[in-house]
Amino acid sequence: MSQSNRIQGGLIDRSQTFRFSFDGVAYQGHPGDTLASALLANGVCLMGRSFKYHRPRGPLSAGSEEPNALVQLRTGARQEPNTRATVAELFDGLEATSQNAWPSLRFDALAINDRLNTFFTAGFYYKTFMWPAAFWEKVYEPIIRRAAGLGSLTKQEDPDDYDKGFLHCDVLVIGGGPAGLMAALTAGRAGARVILADEDFRLGGRLNAETFAVGEQAGADWAAGVAAELASLPNVRLMPRTTIVGAFDHGIYAAVERVSDHLAVPAAGKPRQTLWRIYSKRAILAGGATERPIAFENNDRPGIMLAGSLRAYANRWGVAVGDRVAVFTNNDDGLRTARDLKGRGVDVVAVIDSRPGGDLLPGIRHLQGAEVIDSAGRLGLTSITVRQANGKTEVISANALAVSGGWNPNVNITSHHRSRPEWRDDIAAFVPGAGGPANLAAAGAAAGDLSTHGALRGGAEAAREALETLGLQAPYSLPQAEDAPIAITPLWYVSGGKGRAWIDPQNDVTVKDVKLAHKENFSSVEHLKRYTTLGMATDQGKTGNVLGLAIMAELTGQSIPATGTTIYRPPYTPVAMGTLAGRSRGKEFKPFRLTPSHKWAEEQGGIFVEVGNWLRLQWLPKPGETTWRESVDREVLATRKSVGICDVTTLGKIDIQGTDAGAFLDKVYANTFSTLAVGKCRYGLMLREDGMVFDDGTTARMGPNEYVMTTTTANAVTVFRHLEYVRQCLFPDMDVQLISTTEAWAQYSVAGPNARKLLQKLVDQDISDAAFPYMGAGNITIGGLRARLFRISFSGELAYEVAVPTRYGDALIRALTEAGREFDAVVYGTEALGVMRIEKGHVAGGELNGQSTALNMGLGKMVSKKKDSIGMVLSQREGMNRAEGYRLVGVKPVDPKGVLQAGSHFLKIGAPPVLESDGGWLTSKVYSPHLGCDIALGYLKAGDQKIGRRMRAVNFLTKTDTEVEIVSPHFFDPEGERLRG
Amino acid sequence: MIINHPILGPRDAQEFVYLGDASLIDRPDGMTAGIESFHDYLYNRDNPAGLHRELWYHEQGDRSWLVVTRNTVSHEITSVELARDVARARGRSK
Repeated sequence: MSQSNRIQGGLIDRSQTFRFSFDGVAYQGHPGDTLASALLANGVCLMGRSFKYHRPRGPLSAGSEEPNALVQLRTGARQEPNTRATVAELFDGLEATSQNAWPSLRFDALAINDRLNTFFTAGFYYKTFMWPAAFWEKVYEPIIRRAAGLGSLTKQEDPDDYDKGFLHCDVLVIGGGPAGLMAALTAGRAGARVILADEDFRLGGRLNAETFAVGEQAGADWAAGVAAELASLPNVRLMPRTTIVGAFDHGIYAAVERVSDHLAVPAAGKPRQTLWRIYSKRAILAGGATERPIAFENNDRPGIMLAGSLRAYANRWGVAVGDRVAVFTNNDDGLRTARDLKGRGVDVVAVIDSRPGGDLLPGIRHLQGAEVIDSAGRLGLTSITVRQANGKTEVISANALAVSGGWNPNVNITSHHRSRPEWRDDIAAFVPGAGGPANLAAAGAAAGDLSTHGALRGGAEAAREALETLGLQAPYSLPQAEDAPIAITPLWYVSGGKGRAWIDPQNDVTVKDVKLAHKENFSSVEHLKRYTTLGMATDQGKTGNVLGLAIMAELTGQSIPATGTTIYRPPYTPVAMGTLAGRSRGKEFKPFRLTPSHKWAEEQGGIFVEVGNWLRLQWLPKPGETTWRESVDREVLATRKSVGICDVTTLGKIDIQGTDAGAFLDKVYANTFSTLAVGKCRYGLMLREDGMVFDDGTTARMGPNEYVMTTTTANAVTVFRHLEYVRQCLFPDMDVQLISTTEAWAQYSVAGPNARKLLQKLVDQDISDAAFPYMGAGNITIGGLRARLFRISFSGELAYEVAVPTRYGDALIRALTEAGREFDAVVYGTEALGVMRIEKGHVAGGELNGQSTALNMGLGKMVSKKKDSIGMVLSQREGMNRAEGYRLVGVKPVDPKGVLQAGSHFLKIGAPPVLESDGGWLTSKVYSPHLGCDIALGYLKAGDQKIGRRMRAVNFLTKTDTEVEIVSPHFFDPEGERLRG
Repeated sequence: MIINHPILGPRDAQEFVYLGDASLIDRPDGMTAGIESFHDYLYNRDNPAGLHRELWYHEQGDRSWLVVTRNTVSHEITSVELARDVARARGRSK
């Protein structure tokens, strides 16, 4: 079969032939074809099956509004489901397959659904799959998903790149038909920065699909000439294959450019698609209009098509959809299809015009006051049944039927900020309403000016007005063009039939469904949409929505404007997830931050864990160790016995300077820092204004007006933000400056009885206990390199944190491990860090949960009431100070072999496991190699009065129920003798 | 959205972090005000359909806290001020 339906003319390049396949059958087409036009040229009209009834379907349209012809493109990892054949640009070697049909498109087993249609009416899911509730997830939904499907995913990784980009312009023109071209030309010639975006691969819009002249030229030639001039202007950017999918605030528009969809494989270095964010001062919506059908019985057969689309296939693509074509119209535009097809030598068997009277078309059988009441043909149209004005019915043989119910301006983008379209009786359509996106004007058919002249004038005038607001003059002159009035007598559906008449073919919503919705009182447009699923398919009801509203208006006895319309949200057409993700996928979803010792630890075979954006060493296995516990236990014991080293660079560090630095810290910390001596550190507790603990850390006073704050790793960013808030919004005249230095310093903890001996080998100054006592801080040097030393301990050991400029971090970890060799020093990770802090009873993530007060943590005395600090007042609220409130406790299993689980709840022994008996929960749990059993921290109601009691720790998720003893949270060296050593 | 930063000019809203009602600037003094007034300050907010003054932080920029006056219905931004200037004008100092 070789392009049997191809006729003369069209904007395709017949000098080149493309080979492609559909469901494994080979066909030929030409550059300029879409997949739909090429298939129609080859006599293939059956392209899909409907969603619910599995009815055979061919294309309804020739554009992005297409509801029926959804296909799968390509194979392998590039396979792409649910693509509209009407906008898929043909390329050599394209492989396409049908979807939602099994075993084949011609014989689909689930077409049985069509016989059961009385069962599958509106609200079918709601009514049928009600009971039993447990069946929904396990039984009903999988069956429905299999039966009512669209295309399928390959589950292979997409090999192509998707990009994001940013563009700026004075005027964004949305749509490249006569209005858009004229707007861009007017603005471009005036010198404005212009972007013209059009979803089609060829600029010109309807001019490419019509036989109109513009000036002395054919419309398509005029469009090509304007496009060429625009391309030559340096201030104009032409963006074909680019759909404006959404209007956002302040003149920002989202656009999807299909950079490589028309190629088998993207060119080297090019993305498949780009998501653009376009910043515009003014925008002009020249998005044209979309034709709508008329509903009649069995109006969904392959070969029944919108009249303007059938005409577009003939005029633009040189394709006659059938050789015996009928036309069914309620307006003059439908008559154009009959004239154009006859002009191209196609047999127009009849024009069924629902309007009585008027001029008869010459040389064509023109039946006035007539209606199409039914059609026949299982896999494609064979005949239509016509009811003539005198009531007589007649069967007319036809293999294509062009239907025109009038044109709907494409108002979609004007509704993206919730503006409601307004009804215009003269064109029987909705036009953009007031209150649309600021600085957006609609022009041409999108504004309801449906003639070519109206489009050209509207585009030029919109550009002139836009430029005037920008202080530019933009004179224009208009070429001559047709200015036919809109002659339409609305007809929404043909009444009197018993069968089904489709208004939303993709979701199989029929006139009957609208009537049923009305009968069941779902008569508001929003209810109608959700009850029947009208307009909820991938085409979002671009062709059929207005029919549904008009029928509901008739049923309720209201006018269409009183019935109203649902409005549109972005995106205008479907957008692939990959396009929205761009390059943020897989490992590139978010950046990793590496610590200064990362390279060294990687060389040693370290195991890493994600902590926020950081990768931190979790533990460092030695050869022969087979479980993580072996490594962690060894790291803990070796640190407590001699010395261990840990990278703590990820803790937030903030330099705070100024004459008011101390006063500032008194505001942000619950305890006092202005009295801290120079050269000393102090543990600080930071509250939120509601009195809950926000963060903690040690802060050192490096000079009279200079402090160094540390924060937890998790809150490094939010604490800094909070400090800036306090500084700028609350105390604007304090002399205090802040800078985050988290990335500037590499910082290591050196902990254990031999920590001082190890460090003294490297540090140039005396760091004996007398010279550098517990909680000391100061600037030092290491082999002459400036460094900072803090004598602080998270592990409970004699410990220091030493910091050097980040670029020396790698050298320092190597120097520390080398110097530590004689002490059998270990490097420990976050697991051992966690074990030692819980042994010592320090709070961290599990306890700093945003719902806990200082009192809950046993730190209530730290909140000074002698000064005003953030959170001080509200931490005194009665409910937060009850004696029976939660208190931090330590937990040990009574049997040393007993297992503890974080998240377990405390129960009194003998109490039933119900909410009323709940005593609190275990926040953090580790195995303590020092104590030889599991230990945990937890929040227990009145926990401070329950030390020594036995309770149960119950966890229904892990099915553990362990008898425990409540102990002090300080399991290890409670007097703190070791860290002062 | 675009926020017209008083120092840096128009910047995309993606560079900012939103906090909320600019009335947070009017923090009572903790040494004189009681729990009641702090409760009112922290939890009671107006939720206008119309002009709303709110705090935005230019985190991926110059770290300025700004008071942005935005129409919550249309998202139109009618004024952008440095929060520090607003705080001073409302009598805040040290």
